[in-house]
Amino acid sequence: MKTLNHYLKLGEFKLQWSIFVVLVVLFTLFIIGCPKTFLAPDIYYSLMSTIPFMAIMALALTPVIICAEIDLSFPSIMGFSAWVFLTIYGLTGNITLALASCLITGLLAGLLNGILVVKVGIPSLIVTVGTMFFWRGLVMVCSKAEGGSLVPAKGTILFKSLVGRIGGVIPAQALWTVAIAFLFWFILNRHKLGSHIYFTGDNIESARMMGIPVNRVKMLVFAQLGFFAAFAGIVASFEMLYYWPTLGEGSLLKTMASVFLGGTSVFGGMGTIFGTFVGCMIIGSLETGIISVGLTGFWTQLIYGLVIVISVSFHSILRKRGLPA
Amino acid sequence: MEAKDDKLVRMVNIHKFFGEVAALRGENFEIGYNEVVGLIGDNGAGKSTLIKILTGVHAPDKGEVYFKGKKITYHSVEKARELGIETVYQERALGEQQTLWRNIFMGREMTNRLGFLQVKKARKETEKILKEVIGFTAAGLTPDSVVKGLSGGEKQGVAIARALHFKAELIILDEPTMALSLSEAKKVLNFVKEVKEHGKSCIFITHNIYHVYPAADRFVVLDRGRTVGEFEKKDISLEELVDKLYLVARTGEIS
Repeated sequence: MKTLNHYLKLGEFKLQWSIFVVLVVLFTLFIIGCPKTFLAPDIYYSLMSTIPFMAIMALALTPVIICAEIDLSFPSIMGFSAWVFLTIYGLTGNITLALASCLITGLLAGLLNGILVVKVGIPSLIVTVGTMFFWRGLVMVCSKAEGGSLVPAKGTILFKSLVGRIGGVIPAQALWTVAIAFLFWFILNRHKLGSHIYFTGDNIESARMMGIPVNRVKMLVFAQLGFFAAFAGIVASFEMLYYWPTLGEGSLLKTMASVFLGGTSVFGGMGTIFGTFVGCMIIGSLETGIISVGLTGFWTQLIYGLVIVISVSFHSILRKRGLPA
Repeated sequence: MEAKDDKLVRMVNIHKFFGEVAALRGENFEIGYNEVVGLIGDNGAGKSTLIKILTGVHAPDKGEVYFKGKKITYHSVEKARELGIETVYQERALGEQQTLWRNIFMGREMTNRLGFLQVKKARKETEKILKEVIGFTAAGLTPDSVVKGLSGGEKQGVAIARALHFKAELIILDEPTMALSLSEAKKVLNFVKEVKEHGKSCIFITHNIYHVYPAADRFVVLDRGRTVGEFEKKDISLEELVDKLYLVARTGEIS
């Protein structure tokens, strides 16, 4: 007889299951605490419009952390790339050109992190503290701390396909996020690049010895994070119809928390896209839930802290017990 | 020079200096086809340097290396691997948190033209390798097992199986039994016998003669950068070999 274990693969996927259980418990509490809000669809449409900015970055951050690296600069890259979008669009009125310049800016800024880590040999924590200040500083200098309206973009196809409402209700960015999650899942699990990313983070010496181009892998993961940060920057600015030079500020720690909540190990070599995806849903809905069930906003940080510490402790215990043979 | 040599590897008059220190002083070393050689010596005897020259990590300062009778002029790890020389390090062979199938195909993934993994095929192949080379199925290991759960001996078994699968001609084991329990060390010796049965050659580096004696055909004793003794197993008992090694340690000479 096939057991429950056989169907759910509890052993193999226990980190994923444990984080999924946290999500279910959390939403059960929300539903009990405020059935009126959480049994109606509106709150979910709203979450689908807000979670994607963070989720896109968290998905792209996951391979960086699996490689045993870290990036603190992506919110600043997001801010700078979106400024490039606003400026090019304002100057030329050509939205395709603006989009391309923005994405390329993000890609190159990310690649710069990668080059500094791999070629110059500075630890990524230190490099990206530097580039975090640099890109944010550059935005402030270039924009003179002034934002800009994106209302003129509202009628464009790009706008509709990025942040339009499908069927009048479902935010397009939610579908983009799901699509990007699938892309990342596929690369990590079904493409050789995924294998290379895991091995680079797990045991860089043996990866190098087995002929994996570890330097190229690292540069690539930093570059793609820059690219997706730029993409998230456009989505976020479109959703607000306004570009703020502070775009992305405050998202760093929540994004990282989502990734770690999802079971990705800071020591590298381990992490899943499913975990990050669920982690984003938890972090992204916590504040809304807390307010809805009637607690004051003062509780938010405290509960963030509790959920993160408890979940990560749980992962750590599960991991220590090792996977059953 | 295409002449077929009767030896798989021939290292002739190898010198290697690190600054003022001579790590190897005119070392001659050979290994035949389908031969298991125990390379024995204390720390600093030059074992590692010799192997690093053979595997392309270092270039010799003087001397020649021949593989199947062909002189090797370009020293790099990739080149050595292409020739079929594979090193298995205890700590550096596998990715601990990855599954066996990923580890078997690490850096040499089975993919289609777009680089997408053929996971099913890789799992099946891994299962076959586990069964044939290491007889692991009894231990309840599957291609989806994570390396972390394996014992020290089993990990080296996987690395050796991987090397055999990819047609390595010469497998070099660097201190494979260090820090292993007796029963784990015995497993490693069985894997070495497996290499022999597959018709391949093996260099077993150790300073523990008791571990290598049962598995090797021949012993090479290194001291201070050169060979001080070479013995066929059929000519020497374990006790005699141990006595010789004590002598080397005291005097630097074998007799």
